[in-house]
Amino acid sequence: MRASTGKILACTALLALPPGALIAYVAAQPSDPVIPVVARRFSYSPNEITLKRGVPVILEFTTTDVVMGFNLPDFNTRADIVPGQKTRVRLVPDKVGTFPFACDIFCGSGHESMDGRVVVTE
Amino acid sequence: MAIDRREFLKLSGIGGVVFASSLAGGCATAVRGGEPDEFYFVQLSDAHWGFRGPENPDAEGTLRKTVAAVNTLAEPPDFIVFTGDLTHTTDDPQERRGRMAGFRDIVAALRVKTVRFMPGEHDASLDRGEAFQEFFGPTHYTFDHRGVHFIALDNVSDPAARIGDAQLAWLADDLSRQPNDARIVVLTHRPLFDLMPQWDWATRDGAKAVELLLAHPNVTVFYGHIHQEHHQMTGHIAHHAAKSLMFPLPAPGSQPRRTPLPWDAAHPYRGLGFRDVEAEVRKATYAITELPIVRS
Repeated sequence: MRASTGKILACTALLALPPGALIAYVAAQPSDPVIPVVARRFSYSPNEITLKRGVPVILEFTTTDVVMGFNLPDFNTRADIVPGQKTRVRLVPDKVGTFPFACDIFCGSGHESMDGRVVVTE
Repeated sequence: MAIDRREFLKLSGIGGVVFASSLAGGCATAVRGGEPDEFYFVQLSDAHWGFRGPENPDAEGTLRKTVAAVNTLAEPPDFIVFTGDLTHTTDDPQERRGRMAGFRDIVAALRVKTVRFMPGEHDASLDRGEAFQEFFGPTHYTFDHRGVHFIALDNVSDPAARIGDAQLAWLADDLSRQPNDARIVVLTHRPLFDLMPQWDWATRDGAKAVELLLAHPNVTVFYGHIHQEHHQMTGHIAHHAAKSLMFPLPAPGSQPRRTPLPWDAAHPYRGLGFRDVEAEVRKATYAITELPIVRS
């Protein structure tokens, strides 16, 4: 089976990176827009992410604090957010509405307030 | 006519709704060794000692009032179990130990011989249970009481809310040594099923534990974490969440965020409480009576 061009590009990029800058492999297409999300104790920036139904995006998570999580159960999407790394998750929202996400790795005294929402429109 | 303790609670207006957890059991299995067929224990949960905030203006007094309420029960329970979040989390390890010492000193006034402790994520997730173990011992363990096998499962020492493969193997081994019709009660902090993962009300690998437990017909789970009474079945296993002793949380999905419910000055301590669990071993049933911290 032949790998797609997108996969080849992602794997090539992975091999070229220094160890401290690992990007999670997500089979991204080069044309997918990237939305940076910065996690810090105890918030996400942005904490509201507006998307269009059926339009794929790459969520790119970074943090300079401690290990945190991103869990968006309504789209079966989650990620570990590790200091010094970029974690990329591809998301293709297939339904319209407002969907909460939260940190699912206990990260300190404000952990329970670390949340946000994805708003998907037509 | 003599009335039993549960009837007394109802007649005296102390007890709240009685929830009977009837399992698939009920078969006429002999109780081991001629031990009494009934006993009761008290579940206390989510004391969050160290919390300060408008959600509970009596944050320093509520746990003491709870201890007093338990001590006035007509009959002392066989034992008491705290299902986690004994303390409210702090990023300061020294302060964490201070809160645990404070909690331990207050509950030492409980006039019950056996008190068992379990961690919640507020106690254990920032140091993988280190401080908890210094004060209260192992984070997972088993014990047997009058024909019921109790299993305390730790789903909080891993900050990612995993039980973990090692503990799951320990659980599988323990279950393999129980007779198929054993009366099994699981005590844990987080729900073992996906109650509301959007609010972190789940255990990442809880389904693996449930799968192991489903092999036994008589299993009931008591847990905390969500600060409210809640009852749900996964197959034949009943899961019962307990109220908090500090602040109540909203019903799953009932509001956009899981922020605590505000203090109700007209009804202080509303939404808080503890429970009495009466086990009828032969039938493998557990009658739950919710009790308030302060009688109105």
